Amino acid sequence: MSPIVKNVAVVLVIPITMFGLYIILHGHLTPGGGFPGGAIMASLVVLFFVAFGKEWAKKINKGILFFGESFGLALFGLLAFLGLGTSFFHNFLANSDSLFGMSIPFGANSGFLWSGGIIPLMNIAVGLEVFAALSIIAVVMFLENGKVMFSEKENNVGGKK
Amino acid sequence: MEKSIKISVLVLLCAFLLMAGMLMHNEDMPDSTPMDDYFIENGQVQTGSNNIVAAIVFDYRGLDTLGEASVLFGAATGVLIALGVKKSG
Repeated sequence: MSPIVKNVAVVLVIPITMFGLYIILHGHLTPGGGFPGGAIMASLVVLFFVAFGKEWAKKINKGILFFGESFGLALFGLLAFLGLGTSFFHNFLANSDSLFGMSIPFGANSGFLWSGGIIPLMNIAVGLEVFAALSIIAVVMFLENGKVMFSEKENNVGGKK
Repeated sequence: MEKSIKISVLVLLCAFLLMAGMLMHNEDMPDSTPMDDYFIENGQVQTGSNNIVAAIVFDYRGLDTLGEASVLFGAATGVLIALGVKKSG
């Protein structure tokens, strides 16, 4: 792509990341949450692929992305199991006056960031997982047949000649 | 000829589904709402989350979200298996 597109893509890193993090972190206060926030952040990867092309996508460390995806899902499940003293997916942090345990009154109010119990933590976990999973899907499907996925030294069996 | 048969079958199927959907909804009586009322009245105070949708998705119906996240994980893993893995040798 042209230098204009490349420069604009670089400039857009900060607003897109900020907006995605805002959507994820305020998932328990405003419409949004982990799924749309992670999709917004994954759109940054797609934008960079459009701007910088295949050469840039080959440099992405897919191991880190796969680790993030697995870690997000594992964190989500772990948070669900932590409430097992009462029931599966019990919100054990809500209204406990500890971290994320601030209680809020009934009715319309602006809310607090440190409320919601495990809901913000689960939003972060899901956001991480969605971001990593969509990035992996986009990158692997963009690179032709994902041939450069793991290492370029090995022979490609079953691929193109 | 074949195309007209296909189109007529499609139209009949759509009409059947539309009729079935209209018959399924009982317009005389409203849907029962005790669960909705419970979420609206208690969801905010019980979970400390102002967003009732988030409270339901991540707390009351957390198991659904676990399945949803697992589906996404499976999708990414499937893409990796189908397109990204190379056999050595």
